[in-house]
Amino acid sequence: MEIDRVDGRTANQLRPLACSRNILNRAHGSASWSQGDTKVLAAVYGPKVGTKKNENPEKACIEVIWKPKTGQIGKPEKEYEMIVKRTLQSICVLTINPNTTTSVIVQVVNDDGSLLPCAINAACAALVDAGIPLKHLAVAICCCLADSGCVLLDPTKLEEQKTKAFAYLVFPNLTLSILPEGSLKVEGEPVEQAIITSVTQGAMSVDDYLHCLERGRAASAKMSAFLRRSLPPQNPSDSSRAG
Amino acid sequence: MGLPDASGDLSSEVEVDAFRRLFPLRFYERHLSESIRPDGRPLGRARDTTIALGAVASADGSALAKIGSTTMLAAIKMEVMTPSMESPDEGCLAIDFHMPPICSPIVRPGRPAEAAPVVSKQLSDTISSSGMVDLKELSLVSGKAAWMAYLDIYCLDADGALFDAALLSAVSALSHLQFPVVSLNEDGRVVVVSEEDGGKPEKEPVNREKRKLTLKSIPFSLTCILHKNYILADPTAEEESIMETLVTVVLDSSSQLISLYKPGGPVLANTSVIQVSFSPLKHTL
Repeated sequence: MEIDRVDGRTANQLRPLACSRNILNRAHGSASWSQGDTKVLAAVYGPKVGTKKNENPEKACIEVIWKPKTGQIGKPEKEYEMIVKRTLQSICVLTINPNTTTSVIVQVVNDDGSLLPCAINAACAALVDAGIPLKHLAVAICCCLADSGCVLLDPTKLEEQKTKAFAYLVFPNLTLSILPEGSLKVEGEPVEQAIITSVTQGAMSVDDYLHCLERGRAASAKMSAFLRRSLPPQNPSDSSRAG
Repeated sequence: MGLPDASGDLSSEVEVDAFRRLFPLRFYERHLSESIRPDGRPLGRARDTTIALGAVASADGSALAKIGSTTMLAAIKMEVMTPSMESPDEGCLAIDFHMPPICSPIVRPGRPAEAAPVVSKQLSDTISSSGMVDLKELSLVSGKAAWMAYLDIYCLDADGALFDAALLSAVSALSHLQFPVVSLNEDGRVVVVSEEDGGKPEKEPVNREKRKLTLKSIPFSLTCILHKNYILADPTAEEESIMETLVTVVLDSSSQLISLYKPGGPVLANTSVIQVSFSPLKHTL
């Protein structure tokens, strides 16, 4: 079961995580998230008045702008924008500020694999920093399926290219606030067992996918704990930033 | 308006069409609780699907796929190119998905639809991960000439489940694809022999026997909507706009999972839901 990874990690070991928030002065909320050499910066502006065209004005609208490290945005970036947008929409309480738009700008600083999960984590931390009402946090992770059938967590770019399949998974974080009895469970499973987003690439068997889910879920618990630790309650005197 | 029983009372008084427009979600939930959908389908049934091969005479391979009223036209144009240095024995397959303004009221002329690049990327990911097309088969002369296949998919009518219909039309067009005959000319370059030349080409064609692509494993996809505890297979555009959580599952003919695509959405999928969403697809395979 042991597998050698280029950087000497075990299959379940994540790269060192780092998160800092409130790093941009003008943004309403900002955060940077890095996993090893992959680093993403996210800024949140809003809620601003009005929704974009074709959006429901009875709900808050979320707009995601993806900025690659270099060059123009292409099809993959458009897809990432859509995935991040849908993921954030699912964790935000959209009914609180109807007819407003919140812009989330995702700037890739360095891409060394697991880029999309890293961006989702950064965007989530930035939303918290901006004080946007959220139902719960989201934790994203990339699981890679090696040729031997092993699941490697948090792969680097090299590992992503070498392996036959990988899955980006986003799990909800444990809700700590008080909720009515029973609402924490979805059909008998606790809510943190469910998935918000799943994107896969490469062929794998259904069992392998379920195996990925299980491993990803276990690792997401650790990342949730880290995310929570790095987002201490904001003190009220911190509201000096203006848009 | 916000009270649930207020609308319950209304539903018996207002006309059905008005109720459908004013409270679309409640309209659907009333149907779902009776295990039926407004178009008369049970929850798990997909719409009728038709495929017509060879819809475009000028293309080397083409297909028109319809799922309900969602219509996709796929066509392949082959060109001879010089392969890249990194992969001298491989051809190239370029996939593009277009949503012209004809397909939906959401798409405006001049401004590309937001969904188009996403579906396009999903299609090329799916076709490359399924390994359906062996790019080596697109090679003509190693290091000298290879096929460049341009696969273009046009959405003529966007009524939900766009990816399913696009993939179906793309796969059908690839199965219909027939390579044009090519031969070497005097300069040693590979050129396409036009069939009107009068039967007798001066040079021996390079690819006389190999005219079809062998498709290894064929991917099939099914999009489902998750809403509360209901799973609706093959949604229409109206259903997609009202209930937002979509899951697309792609399996290939050897039951390998090619893609499980769930881009967010208010409903969370747990393991049992995922397993359930596999089953109707397996049934159709």
